[in-house]
Amino acid sequence: MRFLWRTASSALLRDVGLVCLADGIVAVSFGATSVTRVGSSGGLAWWVPVALSLLVFAGGAQIAAVGIVLAGGSPVAAVVAGAVLNTRLFPYGFAVADVVGPAGPAAAEFPAAGHGAAGHGAVATARRWLVRALGTHVITDESVAFALRQPTPQRRRSAFWTCGVALFVVWNLSVLLGIGLGSVLRDTNAFGLDATFPAVMLALALPTLATRRTKLAAGTGAVIAVALTPVLPAGLPLLAALGGLGTQWAGRRNWAGRRGLGFPGGRGRGGGQRPAHGDEAAMDSRDETAMDSRELSAEGKR
Amino acid sequence: MMPMIAIVALAAVTYGFRLAGPLLRGRVTVPVAAERLFSDAATVLLIALATTAALTAGHGFAGWARPAGVLVAGVLAAKRAPFPVVVVAAAGVTALLRLAGVH
Repeated sequence: MRFLWRTASSALLRDVGLVCLADGIVAVSFGATSVTRVGSSGGLAWWVPVALSLLVFAGGAQIAAVGIVLAGGSPVAAVVAGAVLNTRLFPYGFAVADVVGPAGPAAAEFPAAGHGAAGHGAVATARRWLVRALGTHVITDESVAFALRQPTPQRRRSAFWTCGVALFVVWNLSVLLGIGLGSVLRDTNAFGLDATFPAVMLALALPTLATRRTKLAAGTGAVIAVALTPVLPAGLPLLAALGGLGTQWAGRRNWAGRRGLGFPGGRGRGGGQRPAHGDEAAMDSRDETAMDSRELSAEGKR
Repeated sequence: MMPMIAIVALAAVTYGFRLAGPLLRGRVTVPVAAERLFSDAATVLLIALATTAALTAGHGFAGWARPAGVLVAGVLAAKRAPFPVVVVAAAGVTALLRLAGVH
């Protein structure tokens, strides 16, 4: 672990520290709202947010699950909603699979590393598995976002572990702090704490919106998720947002159709289909226009 | 109420989702296109989570104060403001609007 801190650049450490501070605020908010009595419904026992933070360690799912039971929903609904929210960890796992295990050339190949490496005893193998198990647990929005922003494998690993471990410690301590404050802060919404979680998600996601095709997929997904939230159970609209990835295959064919329809009006399913790669330069301005109108229509759904 | 068994169940499912990628990666070769798709999927989910968390509460509209705070935070983030500034701005704008009677 010391190795990781040493290789982490000071810029990375600063950014991770800032994310930890931001998430700490969210965690304090989560701890406080979990145990605070709201209206007629009592708060949850102190160990509920503690156990969720230690064992589940996924902010969105924790907040959703607690929100559901505090609103009178069943624990089953809370588990299902949390599980659906956490399906996003599935693609995350593939995105950072190369850095979750311990460092070193042999360890890069998972999981057969133990067999091929002569001279490694059972202890070393067990240790590698333990590191891998811990690394798997700290796959989060934040650690993945940090890893994906790095240009080299070594920096990816360093960023992932630095962020993941630091966040686990800060998150759990902050939840404890929040539980302590829960009795003092009677109305956490008055402090705007509910705005901190989406703000953190947004700040993390913006740098990953590097290419036009990613922007288009994300913009479309956001519109889908917001549009379906009134009609689907909690968590499902988020899964439906993955439909935004369909814009990547729609490509040239729909682009032609869109031109025929006189876009960029950019509204609904037909709007803003991206052209195939070769057309990128030529279509830049049109795509930007479509993107803007999509964002506006997302805001319009408030 | 939230029994321990429910928390453990959620934890187990969550760990399973996290484990799939690291477990399968060494056994199956993931094409570059698929890796790019997974990373795009993660971005799509993050943005969708941010948007729904900003705009909605339960099945309805969250009110104006929260999305306004998140919007300010988003602009600051796009201008590469430090994370705590982004977060405090989100909470501050939202809290001030509510103080002013905007909900």
